Amino acid sequence: MYPAEFRYTKDHEWLQIAGPTGTIGITDYAQHALGDVVFVELPKIGTRVKAGDVLGTIESVKAVSEVFSPVGGEVAEINSELSTAPEKINRDPHRSAWLVKIKLDDAKAADGLMDAKAYEAYVAEKEKEQTA
Amino acid sequence: MNEKHTHGDGSSATKRIKKAGRHVSQSEGLIFEKSVAGKRGIELPPLDVPAVDPAKALGAEFARAGVEGFPEVSEIEVIRHFTRLSTWNYAIDLGMYPLGSCTMKYNPRVNEFVARLEGLATEHPLQPDEVSQGCLRIIHDLQKCLLEITGMDAASLEPVAGAQGELTGLLLIRAYLESKGDARKKVLIPDSAHGTNPASVVIAGYEVQNIKSNERGQIDIAHFREFVTGDVAALMITNPSTLGVYEENIAEIAEILHSRGALLYMDGANMNALAGVTRPGDFGVDVMHLNLHKTFSTPHGGGGPGAGPVMIKKILEPFLPVPIVTEANGRYALDFNRPQSIGRVRAYCGNFGVLLRALAYTLAYGPVIRQATEDAVLNANYIRKHLEDVFDLPYNLPSMHEVVFSDARQKKHGVNTMDIAKRLIDYGFHPYTTAFPLIVPGALMIEPTESESREECDLFIDAMRSIAAEAETNPELVKTAPHSTRVGRLDEVAAARRPVLRWQPKQNLDAQKHLGPHEKTLVVPTA
Repeated sequence: MYPAEFRYTKDHEWLQIAGPTGTIGITDYAQHALGDVVFVELPKIGTRVKAGDVLGTIESVKAVSEVFSPVGGEVAEINSELSTAPEKINRDPHRSAWLVKIKLDDAKAADGLMDAKAYEAYVAEKEKEQTA
Repeated sequence: MNEKHTHGDGSSATKRIKKAGRHVSQSEGLIFEKSVAGKRGIELPPLDVPAVDPAKALGAEFARAGVEGFPEVSEIEVIRHFTRLSTWNYAIDLGMYPLGSCTMKYNPRVNEFVARLEGLATEHPLQPDEVSQGCLRIIHDLQKCLLEITGMDAASLEPVAGAQGELTGLLLIRAYLESKGDARKKVLIPDSAHGTNPASVVIAGYEVQNIKSNERGQIDIAHFREFVTGDVAALMITNPSTLGVYEENIAEIAEILHSRGALLYMDGANMNALAGVTRPGDFGVDVMHLNLHKTFSTPHGGGGPGAGPVMIKKILEPFLPVPIVTEANGRYALDFNRPQSIGRVRAYCGNFGVLLRALAYTLAYGPVIRQATEDAVLNANYIRKHLEDVFDLPYNLPSMHEVVFSDARQKKHGVNTMDIAKRLIDYGFHPYTTAFPLIVPGALMIEPTESESREECDLFIDAMRSIAAEAETNPELVKTAPHSTRVGRLDEVAAARRPVLRWQPKQNLDAQKHLGPHEKTLVVPTA
């Protein structure tokens, strides 16, 4: 379910690092919790962010939620397709519906994040809480 | 079950529905589609003065040749159009409207009677104070009542919505702190607060810092102390919270804030759970707003008019919006001479007609307003008690005026809160609030208000229990609801993604075909 090559945050973002670039998206758990996504707002290319800064917002039929950057760096690329096809986030959150590519300040920035196994356990715990 | 109430086919899908049944419902298209060239609603008498060309009289740039697609219909067609549409509506006058957080209580007819009295309905806000004594006294008297109910020191009745009240209150906090040379940066907001709070904070120029509730839906005091740094201007709390739960440590929270120079803002949208029982002014609140269109029974309307008075402690009084109504020796006046005021937040004195209705309601109750509060809490707890064995209760705390369940049990059958809400329409009720508050995944937020009788509450409970049973035995029926309405489940996603906000003449629509098929889903079917 959750790709092994990704790293994950407690706020349900994923990060994939390839060389100096990190790709950021939201997890399948997040898209499911949000429901049908109707609007995505992404940062301008060149924006500098610190880990934990707001990267953008995702609006679903239920709510407007902020996306937080798991790492610091400079926004190098945004997925502009999402402005006309926000529903992609519901269909393919881990691949084609990536949100932002960031030029990383620190290649080791992902060290503090969860791996797929830890994230799966975290999500399972969340789901248990909700049905307890 | 009373058979007379179900003219249906007696199938299992309909036979448990007591409150609603089939009846003839008139079809109706858009009024634009009824247009026939040359039809008129009224016949004007022949002109008895020389005709004037508007383009010449006003200047060509101000004259419009015509309005494209303007409907041409007769008077009775207009009347029938809007009357038919009105029969598709659901209103508190038709039955229970348990939309949690919104407080859809009955708007008593006496309010409307008073608002239409000659001498009130015909007053003009630009009349001088000397001939507006009655209206000024009404504002002054309502202020006195609201101050008594909230335990606060002073008020402005100018804001015309809860959110505007929030912004006004925050601007008062900012003005106060700035006057002391200590503007500060942040406002703390618990995750169980009303959704408008963070937006008001940002517009007032503060940063929002969210505070997570603990597992009991309360603020964690130990944690909270750490949050209240020298940067914090205020805590903005909704009490009772959107979980319908009273903040147990509110007085201690106020003390912590005050000891560090910060203020306590209370969103009073849920004041209908407190009025006549406890007073925010007594438990340490410095500024709050009320929603007259919730607690004080004025109409919600189609997005307005509302009223969101701001109530404050003395320290904030110099900063109140102008004008304020003053009284001396039985004479009332509008005072504009307030050099530290944040200025006007609304023309005239706000929505006077709404203030008038709220005063009628408040005076009709008098001290017995406590009974209204107790009935609202009783109704919510009655419903909770009769539904808690079939719906999951995520925060098992004493409920105040509303109860929040989750769809956790029904989800096992693939049925979510939205499905249950839609099915409730088939049972003749307006849905409850779905998916809010956000801290409860799949929330069912139910607020009956004090308006409902036990009999209506029982009908609602029966409907909810019946739907819970359907979710187990026939989940498809619930997932595809509503079934008895004029149109089935609307495509809310398409409506949000590709909104079609106004009718356009056909040729324009044809030109926009590239928009895709979604727009079709939003046109009201005429069949």
